[in-house]
Amino acid sequence: MARIDDYIPIVGGSVVEDLRLIASRLMGKRILNVNSTAVGGGVAEILNRMVPLLRELGLDVRWDVIRGGEEYFDVTKKFHNALHGGRVDIGEKDFEIFMETSRRNLEEMDTSSDIVFIHDPQPIVLVRKRAGNKWIWRCHIDLSNPKQRVWRFLKEFVVQYDAAVFSAPAFSRKLPIRQFLIAPSIDPLSDKNRELPQEVIDGVLNKYGIPKDKPIITQISRFDRLKDPLGVIATYRLVKKRIDCRLLLAGGTATDDPEGQKVFEEVMESANRDPDIHILSMSQNDLEINALQRASTVIIQKSLKEGFGLTVSEALWKSKPVVASNVGGIPLQIKHKHSGLLCYSAEGAAFAVKQFLSSPEYARKIGENGREHAKNNFLITRHVRDYLLLFLSLYHRQNIVHL
Amino acid sequence: MAELVKASKPFRFYTRLHLTELTGLRAAGLVQLVRLLKSVPGGSIYYHTHRFLQQHQYLSPEPPNDFAYWVREILGDEELGERLASIDIIQYSTIRSLREKIIETIEEYLEERPESKVRFPREGGEFHFKKSVSFILPTPYVSYDLGEFVEILKRITIDSIYFHIFEARLRLEKKTNDFSNWIENSVGNRELALSIARLDPYVYTMEDLRHTITDMIEKEIR
Repeated sequence: MARIDDYIPIVGGSVVEDLRLIASRLMGKRILNVNSTAVGGGVAEILNRMVPLLRELGLDVRWDVIRGGEEYFDVTKKFHNALHGGRVDIGEKDFEIFMETSRRNLEEMDTSSDIVFIHDPQPIVLVRKRAGNKWIWRCHIDLSNPKQRVWRFLKEFVVQYDAAVFSAPAFSRKLPIRQFLIAPSIDPLSDKNRELPQEVIDGVLNKYGIPKDKPIITQISRFDRLKDPLGVIATYRLVKKRIDCRLLLAGGTATDDPEGQKVFEEVMESANRDPDIHILSMSQNDLEINALQRASTVIIQKSLKEGFGLTVSEALWKSKPVVASNVGGIPLQIKHKHSGLLCYSAEGAAFAVKQFLSSPEYARKIGENGREHAKNNFLITRHVRDYLLLFLSLYHRQNIVHL
Repeated sequence: MAELVKASKPFRFYTRLHLTELTGLRAAGLVQLVRLLKSVPGGSIYYHTHRFLQQHQYLSPEPPNDFAYWVREILGDEELGERLASIDIIQYSTIRSLREKIIETIEEYLEERPESKVRFPREGGEFHFKKSVSFILPTPYVSYDLGEFVEILKRITIDSIYFHIFEARLRLEKKTNDFSNWIENSVGNRELALSIARLDPYVYTMEDLRHTITDMIEKEIR
């Protein structure tokens, strides 16, 4: 696991010095993180890397996980989909199951820390135990268009917190509590993002039979309609009319997701055995994803809907020119024509890809800007800093705080 | 090298870190934008006129403020976008006067081009008002003369330079930037102080600004 000083060669010593400086103002504070799972999913991934860094900075940080049965997690999955605006069948029984498990967690969990940091809706009811300490609700979900029944139910709890945190401005709601904007982050030292020797990259291309003879356009995403893989194939075909290239679609297999399997089959059908389309259904392998991103000429993220879309920051960090849809958190990561190109359609995406492929110098400059943008705004050190400031803001309500 | 003047008072470097607070206010057109501009907190005007400087500090020339970017890229109004981008922020010594200038620019344009009142963003493209919450902390770095000052300047964070140049002047309403103030009043070098104060920091990337000031001081003490 990375130590805080390991980031100095990347972000500079003064950035790490600042982290120590802010952390010194929180010395002695006990902070409890609560989410619903210790492994799997973006929240657990970030906590696994974040908690040791916060501890190394001298904070007394704990991480606890709520307990619940299969029935309970079926309900929370429904909540999740409803908050994303999906059509979900939710009845009174679902709310009862949610509250019953929440009550058991209320009884069992020790929430006596100075700051209780609740991640996502699953543990939201714990705020009923607040007793003079500070409570934060961290929402990682796109709440821009939630199903009202579920949101109204959860809002009763949200308003009992001291503050809420969202990943993008459009995700926030009208609330009587303070709301902060904190973007998620990538870890430049993780297998998914660390520098790789050329032979590792070439080895991965060989393994999957991808020649380096033509420019490679890549989208890394699970096979999901919202990631629009068919739109990516349409984009590739429009580009291919003018510029010879390969398309790489790589993402996780979703054996437990019948919809995902169906989308995968549709993608295979649409590819129609084109030898220049490489479709990789791979199990979680961060190092290989890293290599495939680094081997790409242009990276696409043509999502129809997106939470934050951290694959964009991963690509920017690798200095790749990125073409991505203007949805969810993507416009926070890409300023059109400055750090990438935004698009709204397959035609727009194809036009942008052609611009990059036919002007390598322009693509290089945008890629460099993108890396700087990711470095300044989407690395884990910025995320740690924002969390430290967030904790401090609970004790200071002013807009200008002298410490 | 000439003997360096010892400052009558040392310079303590501070750093300023900011957290973004969401106001929950959003505008879906120019009429709504200008109405909200009149009532949002000063920290919000500051945020939207300075965020680009920090988040895109590597770009040169600097992209414009958030209002100009939104009007141009989201509403597709090039002309108003240009007018907003060319507001010379360095001329304004208070948030209040800067706010008035932005409002005046949009209102004048709406009078000239009433059709722009019905230009709306696509769904999800609304302007979201945010504001800065600033945390100001002393660093361990203190200089007693220009030699020490310039060595620290080379290594402190961009946030520290940002604080002493931008935030001190505009948000804390000091007359000039902190560097010029110290160089004039504690080191007694009025000429150097004025030449730093004359810089328009809004047209530099943050690293360029660091290099420019460092060069000016090194020439002076060489």
